[in-house]
Amino acid sequence: MDDTALWIVSLLASTVRLATPLVLASLAGFYSERAGVVDIGLEGKMLTGAFAAAATAAVTGSPWAGLAAAIAASLLLALVHGFACITHRGDQVVAGVAINTIAAGLTAVLANAWFDLGGRTPSLDGGQRFLGLHFPLAEAVRGVPLLGRFYGEVIGGQNLLVYLAVLAVPATSWVAYRTRFGLRLRAVGENPAAVDTAGISVPWLRYRAVLITGLLCGVAGAYLSIAQGAGFQENMTAGKGYLALAALILGKWRPYPTLAGCLLFAATDALQARLQGVALPVVGAVPVQIIEVLPYILTVLLLAGFVGKSIPPKAAGQAYVKDR
Amino acid sequence: MSASTNSDGLPRWATLALLPAINLGAALVVSSLVILAIGQDPLSALAFMVKGAVGSGTGLSYTLYYATSLIFTGLAVAIANHAGLFNIGGEGQAYVGGLGTGLVCLALSGWPWYTVLPVAVLAGALFGAVWGLIPGYLQAYRGSHIVITTIMFNFLASALMVYLLGGPLIEHGQMAPESREFAESTFLPAVKEIAAGLGYRTSTLPLNLSLLLALLCAAGVWFLIWHTRWGFQMRTVGANEAAARYAGINARTTIVVAMAISGALAGLVGINELQGVQHRITLNFQAGMGFTGIAVALMGRGHPVGIVLSSLLFGALYQGGAELSFEYNEISPRLVVVIQGVVILFSGALEHMFRPALVRLLKPKAAASAAGQRA
Amino acid sequence: MSQTVPLSVPPQPGPWAVELVGIDKRFGPVHANKAVSLRIRAGSIHGLVGENGAGKSTLMSILYGFYQADEGQILVNGAEVRIREPKDAIALGIGMVHQHFMLVEEFTVLENLMLGAEGGALLKDGIRKARAEVERLEKAYRLDVPLDAKVADLNVGIQQRVEILKALYRGAQVLILDEPTAVLSPPEVQDLFRILDALRAQGRTILMITHKLKEIMAITDAVSVLRQGAVVASFHTQDTNEAALAEAMVGRRANPAVRRPGAPAGAPLLTVEDLSIFDERGVERLKRATFRVRAGEIVGVAGVAGNGQSELLEALSGMTPFQRGRVHVNGRDVTPESPMDPAQARRQGIAHVPEDRLRRAVVKPFPAFQNALLGYQDDPAMADGPRLNWKRVAAATARLMEDWDVRPRQPSLRTSLFSGGNQQKLVLGREMERDPNVLLVGQPTRGVDIGAIEFIHRRLLAMRDAGKAILLVSAELEEIMALSDRILVMCDGAITGELAAEDATEGLIGRLMAGITDDMEHGSRADAAGGAA
Repeated sequence: MDDTALWIVSLLASTVRLATPLVLASLAGFYSERAGVVDIGLEGKMLTGAFAAAATAAVTGSPWAGLAAAIAASLLLALVHGFACITHRGDQVVAGVAINTIAAGLTAVLANAWFDLGGRTPSLDGGQRFLGLHFPLAEAVRGVPLLGRFYGEVIGGQNLLVYLAVLAVPATSWVAYRTRFGLRLRAVGENPAAVDTAGISVPWLRYRAVLITGLLCGVAGAYLSIAQGAGFQENMTAGKGYLALAALILGKWRPYPTLAGCLLFAATDALQARLQGVALPVVGAVPVQIIEVLPYILTVLLLAGFVGKSIPPKAAGQAYVKDR
Repeated sequence: MSASTNSDGLPRWATLALLPAINLGAALVVSSLVILAIGQDPLSALAFMVKGAVGSGTGLSYTLYYATSLIFTGLAVAIANHAGLFNIGGEGQAYVGGLGTGLVCLALSGWPWYTVLPVAVLAGALFGAVWGLIPGYLQAYRGSHIVITTIMFNFLASALMVYLLGGPLIEHGQMAPESREFAESTFLPAVKEIAAGLGYRTSTLPLNLSLLLALLCAAGVWFLIWHTRWGFQMRTVGANEAAARYAGINARTTIVVAMAISGALAGLVGINELQGVQHRITLNFQAGMGFTGIAVALMGRGHPVGIVLSSLLFGALYQGGAELSFEYNEISPRLVVVIQGVVILFSGALEHMFRPALVRLLKPKAAASAAGQRA
Repeated sequence: MSQTVPLSVPPQPGPWAVELVGIDKRFGPVHANKAVSLRIRAGSIHGLVGENGAGKSTLMSILYGFYQADEGQILVNGAEVRIREPKDAIALGIGMVHQHFMLVEEFTVLENLMLGAEGGALLKDGIRKARAEVERLEKAYRLDVPLDAKVADLNVGIQQRVEILKALYRGAQVLILDEPTAVLSPPEVQDLFRILDALRAQGRTILMITHKLKEIMAITDAVSVLRQGAVVASFHTQDTNEAALAEAMVGRRANPAVRRPGAPAGAPLLTVEDLSIFDERGVERLKRATFRVRAGEIVGVAGVAGNGQSELLEALSGMTPFQRGRVHVNGRDVTPESPMDPAQARRQGIAHVPEDRLRRAVVKPFPAFQNALLGYQDDPAMADGPRLNWKRVAAATARLMEDWDVRPRQPSLRTSLFSGGNQQKLVLGREMERDPNVLLVGQPTRGVDIGAIEFIHRRLLAMRDAGKAILLVSAELEEIMALSDRILVMCDGAITGELAAEDATEGLIGRLMAGITDDMEHGSRADAAGGAA
């Protein structure tokens, strides 16, 4: 009994930890895509952020400097994305692929050259990372069955960036539905011509959206390398950017459902790690790959309209050209 | 007005030669900056790369071996592109296609290679085609976005192969996730054996007969796209779906078939990698070739000749980059990936930046001919 | 200015609200506006008429800041202004209702009204203010709209009101309307005119683009005529009439082509019975169309754009399935159960020149000879087995270009580098040279220069005389009347009348286009377009 409770608590805690980068990255995607700029490049921006954070933290010893560097690096790539897709009306998907490819190569090359550890950055110690915050009374209530551990290890005990991600969801929802910027953001993703004729600059609006995307991707990357992890490894995002995109699709481009998607994916990930080689009742040992691919299969089925239907913002993927 | 937005009257030679050259130049500049940033001399690095790629028989052999795989995946991306589809799934299609080829090689132990080859080609193409066809079907008939679906299929392919090579296909008693080695009779002849047959002796080199298959595919794709009814229909669907419907072309089946052909081409990577070189099914044997196919196709401007040429270029970059990283510890072989990304950026996403600039530059000529045409 | 009698009241000599001086604009080789000068009195309705491509929309887009003029000045209320973007125009009190509405369909009406005029960084306060202000405007102009409904769920008439409200909410004193009646039914037109009238009564200035002369006569105080980018005439509406305006628009007496009756028509080649099309929302867009086209006749289809003509062409060419009725062509019965796709339609001897030439009849980046094959790619004469014989296609294209006077005569030139008229001749040639029995042709001369128009008309008549059946859809009434042997008139998806060419008058066709059929004619209904009385 107690074992089961412990198991559940640790599963939940691990779900929260695994969901954090997905939440940050999919909210990042939310801004860009709701503004009509498809972003396949979340992966690359996150990866670059992860490298910049770890490298900076290793050199300066400050996680805050690491976070700032991650955001700056990711913003730079966001600007490249904006320059190609907004200013030059390039193909948004191709631009995203280019960013992912450049990021994959560049982080590996620079990590290898600067630290000479075969594409890794040095391991970071506690002072160079964002560590779990101890909540008041966590020790005191630890003895309370289930809830005590839940309070100490799931609600509390997480690092700062986790709480940032948790706050980012209502904040995004508020921005999108309660502010002028949000109204315009949603409008420009549906009908940029309506925004243009209303006297609002389409490029500037889209640039701002893309920059927010860069900012959040930077935080997501920093989380991977200097909060959850203790250093950068080659390709350490390992598809999380694409998974975040899938969660955004699953959430039909809305903040809270997207959060639910992220939690679902994170839970399957956490479960998968715990079921490795475990024989389940009735079915026996299930190949972990089956659990691992659930998010991908779900996304495919959803996009194909077999499970509900997810319709993207109408102008997503199209460059805005004044036409006559 | 709208009539001139799509047609800037850029001369053909500029589109086919000058633009790719500019893109390559930009990529070289960016990678030089990267090399400078890590404190090395770009010129000597470049010289070393060139020497490593084409300066020796061994280097050349590796270059051509990499190019072989890239021709397959580059053609795969290009043919989908002509149908208006962005196939990011070359990686997964190559992976699953290799499974087909590998299974045939495992099953046909003892058969001579020249009887195995046609079956292995068919199986590789078929497996790859299925992996491309499903996203194609979902796009054409269910409205899914092909880009997302093919990305998901890359992950599915990867999970499938990890499962198979970690369990059902793993060599008995081994820890490494690989199949057992194919029977030697099924190996594709490498250049070494061909050379030996002609009386030359060379060291073990990866280049093998599948280069000829790749060139054959390039010729076939060229014929298909520009000289058959189906190719015409496919290009029409890709350029203007409304016009295709008007012309009585079934866009849906065209899309599905285009993706099947695209997947089949990517699926042939296994012939080179597995039947040609590794001689067993290994984890991640396709090693990014599917993704590099995107850069190859963009740089080759969707034309098989261009694709063969840019495959050679990227093959040389792969080989030169590997040599470079042996010589210079500080330079990771992943430098090639940076170059690849910059090429995608400049020749794909920033196409609209270079083109108008080039048109302005070449204006006297272009404008005069346009004026003549309008009369 | 509180009079409510709207029609033909001379504009009070008052100040100029807007003055355009020497506006010049080129798009590449196209000279869209040639030194246009125009003055509009405050508190008046000013009409701007001209044919397609005369430069009306470009001129208004310049006034609204959507484009920049290459040369010229704009004065608003007597002061020179620079309008670089719509924002500047809005600030100057200029609003525009575009022909294609600039609404976010996923948004509510209120959200659309507020977009760009939110009244603060947070929406909360703005929403309250917007509601109050919009309700005031609604009352003042009887512009009822459901504020919390999603725009996608509203019909076009209401959507247009939303657009007008949007402009008023931004404080527009000058309102530009681009072809406002193109998508409206006659009762909706009356409604619109009532609103415009109320706006004028309140002292607002209205600039209305149209090519419907009846509307000009019905609602405007003054009118300017644009032809090929230049203002060719300006009138007080009371001093002119439709004939004079038409003459100014086309630059010569309208209706110059003398209708040349053909030989008596032969057997029916195309029989349409009870044909209906429903759109995805279940609205009946084509209502039980029944008619025949016989060998050796041209049947014209007249109607305001968007009243079912496009759907009719699409159904007959096999591009859109139909849900009720029957089409009989060349020995084949087409029904909803046994539909016909465009390829089969071609095999049945149906050729189709679509209305939207640039969008679907050609693939612009292809060389001309490839477009000369489009739709006929199955022609065995152009292939050797699986291989298309491009040499043969190019040779055939060269002949076609000669025959149809397509210039320049370069089969391998990119199609987009040909002018609109030459592209149209290429398409017409492609569709007519294979000797079809039935030709469906939509807007054959849209965007085509005058010389080419006469050429195309002659070829259509020649085809008729060769014993073919032609169904002609055109927005140009003159064209319909000049070419047709019989005329079908459509309104709201239904065929409201069928006239022999000899009996057709503009007035009669106009009434049928407005949906006023014989049984209603004896009543007291006035002409719908002018029926604000």
